[in-house]
Amino acid sequence: MGDSAYSFSLTTFSRTGKLLQIEYALNAVANGRTALGIAATDGVVIATDKKFGSSLVDASQVRKVEKITDGSGFVYAGVGPDYRVLVRKARKTAQAYFREYRETMPVGQLVKSTASVMQEYTQSGGVRPFGVSLLVAGMDGDGVPRLFQVDPSGAYFGWKATAIGKGYVNANNFLEKRYQEDMELEDAIHTALLTLREGFEGEMNGHNIEVGVVSKNDGKFRLLTPEQIQDYLDEAN
Amino acid sequence: MSILEYNGAAIIGMAGKDCVGIASDNRLGIQYQTVAMDFKKIFKMNDRLFVGLAGLATDVQTLDQLLRFRMSLYELREEREMTPRVFTNLLSNMLYEKRFGPYFCEPIIAGLDEKGAPHLATMDLIGAQALAKDFVVAGTCEGNLYGMCETLWKPDMDKEVLFETLAQALLASVDRDALSGWGGVVHIITKEGVISRELKGRQD
Repeated sequence: MGDSAYSFSLTTFSRTGKLLQIEYALNAVANGRTALGIAATDGVVIATDKKFGSSLVDASQVRKVEKITDGSGFVYAGVGPDYRVLVRKARKTAQAYFREYRETMPVGQLVKSTASVMQEYTQSGGVRPFGVSLLVAGMDGDGVPRLFQVDPSGAYFGWKATAIGKGYVNANNFLEKRYQEDMELEDAIHTALLTLREGFEGEMNGHNIEVGVVSKNDGKFRLLTPEQIQDYLDEAN
Repeated sequence: MSILEYNGAAIIGMAGKDCVGIASDNRLGIQYQTVAMDFKKIFKMNDRLFVGLAGLATDVQTLDQLLRFRMSLYELREEREMTPRVFTNLLSNMLYEKRFGPYFCEPIIAGLDEKGAPHLATMDLIGAQALAKDFVVAGTCEGNLYGMCETLWKPDMDKEVLFETLAQALLASVDRDALSGWGGVVHIITKEGVISRELKGRQD
């Protein structure tokens, strides 16, 4: 054992009442690439940038927006490998739910169970908290668009629109100005791209961002192809 | 003798127009000896969902407790009521989990779905589902019940006609079965509420 005051456990309250490991996890999130989401009247959009340290990286082999159930998907900011663990667990939970009830897991339940997993990792031995915040976009059978954020502490929030990761304060300010209650999905996609562009270094194209949408038309979550993204970008110009 | 026929039962689920009904007899026996004439075999899961359990009485009561436990947890967790379809799948899974040491019960599920349309289902003791548009039956006089229901059932019955049909089908069937009878009970589920009536029937 080391002689530091907190060496017996990584997640113990400090004397000031804080959980430092969770704050560090939030720092890891704030350093991650920006991700954002907007809930419109008839759907939800989530988007993130996909820039890498080297131009040699094959971006087509990297996935950041992931489908979880037919009607919901995740995007993240923070530590990539941690995200994959959460995606795998969430998919398994959703399939277990379907197996039991023969009904797609509601987005709210998916968020709750994923948040529970993240909370467990702040209290269990031999583990560290997840270095990711999630944005969960989805729609249940009732056709109400939903957008949630889940933090490393296990806290979760419902949003009309929000951003996480690098530059999230600016992005949130931008969203606050641009968000309208009666916004439709097409407008929301444009607003999402516009917000993403605010903090984007260089030129955005269909390959260096990822966009996921769930639309009231069919209630299905889908990833936009690079061509579709490019079309939206061209429309904005 | 099958353990499913140890205590005796007769249960019918039947669809009407914007309503659905479920009826059962009241007898609890040990083979041919009648032990009780007020044995409950139909259980209210929520305002729009009833389940009837035919078979071994001890398993009937255990399953009711188990189902109420699962329903309560679901309602607290999801802040909504369980739909009949979800309930059917849940029960089917619960029965199949005990595939090699089953509850000796054949359930009948009668309810109204989200749209107010009738949902009727039955399954065997290990959870193989059968959905029906008209009627479902279970119990020791299953054969009699099939005969009566096939004769009396008509499409789009209103709640009063449905009650009469259920009552007549049940009473006529149990009169030709030694293991069920001693009066019965009928529940009619409508969007407005549930109508429950007790049937006197032959007391021998």
